[in-house]
Amino acid sequence: MSSLAPTNADLAVGAPPPVPVSKSGRKFSFNLRQSGIYLAFLAIVLLFTILTGGDMLAPQNISNIIVQNSYILILAIGMILIIIAGHIDLSVGSIVAACGAVAAVLMVEHSVPWPLAILITLVVGGVIGAWQGYWVAYFGIPAFIVTLAGMLLFRAVTLMILGNRGIGPFPDEVRTLSNGFVDGYLGNIGLGALGGADLLSLLVGVASVVGIVVVQWRARKGRQKYGQAVEPFPLFVAKIVVAAALVMFVVVQLARFRNLPWVLVLLAALVLGYSVLTNRAVFGRQIYAIGGNLQAATLSGVKVKSVIFWIFVNMGVLSALAGIIFAGRLNQANPTAGNQFELDAIAAAFIGGAAVQGGVGKVVGAITGGLIMGVINNGMSLIGAESEQVMLVKGAVLLAAVAFDIWTKRRAGASR
Amino acid sequence: MSELTDTILRMRGISKTFPGVRALDDVNLEVLRGEIHAICGENGAGKSTLMKVLSGVYPHGEYDGEIEFDGEPCRFGGIRDSEHKGIVIIHQELALASNLSIAENIYLGNEMATRGLIDWNRTNAAAADLLRRVGLHENPTTPVLDLGVGKQQLVEIAKALSKRVRLLILDEPTAALNDDDSAHLLELLRGLREDGITCVIISHKLNEVLDIADRVTILRDGRTITTLPSEGLTEDRIISGMVGRDLDHRFPPHEPKIGEEVFRVENWTVHSPTQHGRVLVRDATLSLKRGEIVGLAGLMGAGRTELAMSIFGRSYGSDISGRLIKDGKEIRLRSVGEAIEHGIAYATEDRKRYGLNLIEDIKRNVSAAALSRLAKRGWVDDNEEYKVAEGYRKSLNIKAPSVSSVTGKLSGGNQQKVVLAKWIFTDPDVLILDEPTRGIDVGAKYEIYTIINELADAGKAVLVISSELPELLGLCDRIYTLSAGRITGEVPRAEATQEGLMTLMTAGQEIPS
Repeated sequence: MSSLAPTNADLAVGAPPPVPVSKSGRKFSFNLRQSGIYLAFLAIVLLFTILTGGDMLAPQNISNIIVQNSYILILAIGMILIIIAGHIDLSVGSIVAACGAVAAVLMVEHSVPWPLAILITLVVGGVIGAWQGYWVAYFGIPAFIVTLAGMLLFRAVTLMILGNRGIGPFPDEVRTLSNGFVDGYLGNIGLGALGGADLLSLLVGVASVVGIVVVQWRARKGRQKYGQAVEPFPLFVAKIVVAAALVMFVVVQLARFRNLPWVLVLLAALVLGYSVLTNRAVFGRQIYAIGGNLQAATLSGVKVKSVIFWIFVNMGVLSALAGIIFAGRLNQANPTAGNQFELDAIAAAFIGGAAVQGGVGKVVGAITGGLIMGVINNGMSLIGAESEQVMLVKGAVLLAAVAFDIWTKRRAGASR
Repeated sequence: MSELTDTILRMRGISKTFPGVRALDDVNLEVLRGEIHAICGENGAGKSTLMKVLSGVYPHGEYDGEIEFDGEPCRFGGIRDSEHKGIVIIHQELALASNLSIAENIYLGNEMATRGLIDWNRTNAAAADLLRRVGLHENPTTPVLDLGVGKQQLVEIAKALSKRVRLLILDEPTAALNDDDSAHLLELLRGLREDGITCVIISHKLNEVLDIADRVTILRDGRTITTLPSEGLTEDRIISGMVGRDLDHRFPPHEPKIGEEVFRVENWTVHSPTQHGRVLVRDATLSLKRGEIVGLAGLMGAGRTELAMSIFGRSYGSDISGRLIKDGKEIRLRSVGEAIEHGIAYATEDRKRYGLNLIEDIKRNVSAAALSRLAKRGWVDDNEEYKVAEGYRKSLNIKAPSVSSVTGKLSGGNQQKVVLAKWIFTDPDVLILDEPTRGIDVGAKYEIYTIINELADAGKAVLVISSELPELLGLCDRIYTLSAGRITGEVPRAEATQEGLMTLMTAGQEIPS
């Protein structure tokens, strides 16, 4: 696209020459604030692996961690977008319950075919999100208030739908989505001392690794073509090797247990899709612009109200998805479902590096934050800790993560 | 005058280092009792840092060197320590709580209380005394948000007086003030000098410095260059000390190549969005031609920014009426997006609050207003984004290690260049630049002027809004004056003088004394 060339970029400014910057000689300082979260995650996993004598990383346990936390992770994806934009959503737990109830009524009481029922439920979630988005974006009520009201409203709606009973059981397909595993179409192969493992899962793992390598390599080449600085080659290779090793480790363990959980497939697709959305899409960029400086974004032509509206709609749809999965997992829609899920989702986003003021955050970060809490839950229950101890540790981790974020910012911000 | 006893403040060998930057390098400063002492220097020369060291914002131990105030060595652990000694700093960005009253602000942190309860009668009476002293005729119970910037500045000074100030430090006190308010403030400082209060003033406005200061200290690149008595001193002498080179001209030479009319505003009227029925701009008509740099002069509150922002996709004001004609055709701009599409750009007067996303890097700020130019089907090509931003970094001489540098860490001049790059990249035909050189040092101003000239030479129409008349006279081909929301004059460059413009700028309204 030749029209991209800025028409005035070649202005010859009669001023001293720019500060010389060598393209290749730039040092890559280790970014503690961005990498800290991933290192912390690995450290926590390592800690619990030692404390549990390796049970933490056993095939079935890895599968459990993923399945048990899937709905929180889905909520965290929606929540991080809202937090980047500088808002908050306290109502997601109630929306999870309400949508679970809607799905149950449709599938169980009205025998609506499950794909249609899921679709309707997602639309209901979207409408709930639109309701809240309207008040926040177009009416100008702070999201904290709107969603606090929503928390009560949609819990009330849930109780009106369900009364004091649970509705179930769900169709097998929905339970499979929530709890089940991909069929081993290709059978098992032996992995020597590790025993038998599902071939399809292993192939998917290998394909993912190849995908990571290809995408990263092409991105690196693209940046080099434009004369951008790239990380030193050994570091690049090391990062890919670590990522590939992690993916393959998880996949092998899952393949040894019962193949890939369906929710993992779903989560992977969501993480990938939303990461690209936030990094590369105009819409995603606008979310960061709004959170970074609302007035500047407005004066740059960003349709702020519309963007805010749509991220709440998105949150509603993802809450509905989480609601279906949670209900499917329990095989019952329950009036108390989703209690305090909003807090877990918000905590995941902040542990994952979102800034309290908005404008900063990553989907992968929020997922990592969610997994950190999931691993703490799981690891502590494996070593037989009481629930109040788990709560204590989670609270401390949340506080520490945000304190660390503010501390690094303050240290970096000490300037003229 | 030069006996030791007359020196109230002596700073010796002050050095202060930030990660990667040596902000102050062995700076010496001596201030005499009862004088007004100006500190001049480009942005980044270390003026504000030096004052932060002095006032305890950077406590003892974070810098090297010695401070001696009134004959005693001082080691301030914080602002409270320095205020206890009578050193009070008023920052460039005023630090008033806007919902609190004048009196509450004056005694904030220093409340007049008996047994833990605030005595409001005593507070308000004492505040009223202070307000009389600074010449502010307002009720002490008025909320600060009802006051203009000039009056807020006076409240800050009243607050300083309430702390029994002996050394008052003012960082760019007149940067946001119009000429009347500035004159009033400077007069007040002279009055304080009569009362024996010593003043240190940081200012970019050299005419003011020469007008009011007894002595001038020039800083450059974190070092003291010299201290000179202001008598017989010229602006050019100060500038050459600040930049280390002689600037023959503060404005780059420019031969305008003016083409046909590109944009016209007719009978533009804007009402206040908050106060019903109040007219901010009335019946304004102006016209811009290709290749022309047009000035818009007006006092603070004349409606300059309101006029510009209401044109720019109705981003300010309500009940807006009038016609906009672009290239001979009437256009309607109902949103900022539509304004950008029609080739109108507006660079705000307050780049930190309205212009930049300070936590993002240069490239994402440059692309912010024209992301669609970098996107195919909604997906941004970040390599192209890098290339575009890198192009502007070089051509506009944005001083930063790379376009991945965060804009919040750049100096004012470089931030302004990022704002300009952002709007140039929207490929506008009409650029409205609101106070494009506010708070920017002399060297960077020259570069900004050069960029503006080159934009005009590229066939764009540029409307420059500025509080500094010399700037408009040096830069513009034609100048409109705005007074109380009305266009009161249109003066070609050849006929414009500061006095003539000032007369037009105050036409049709009471001239505040």
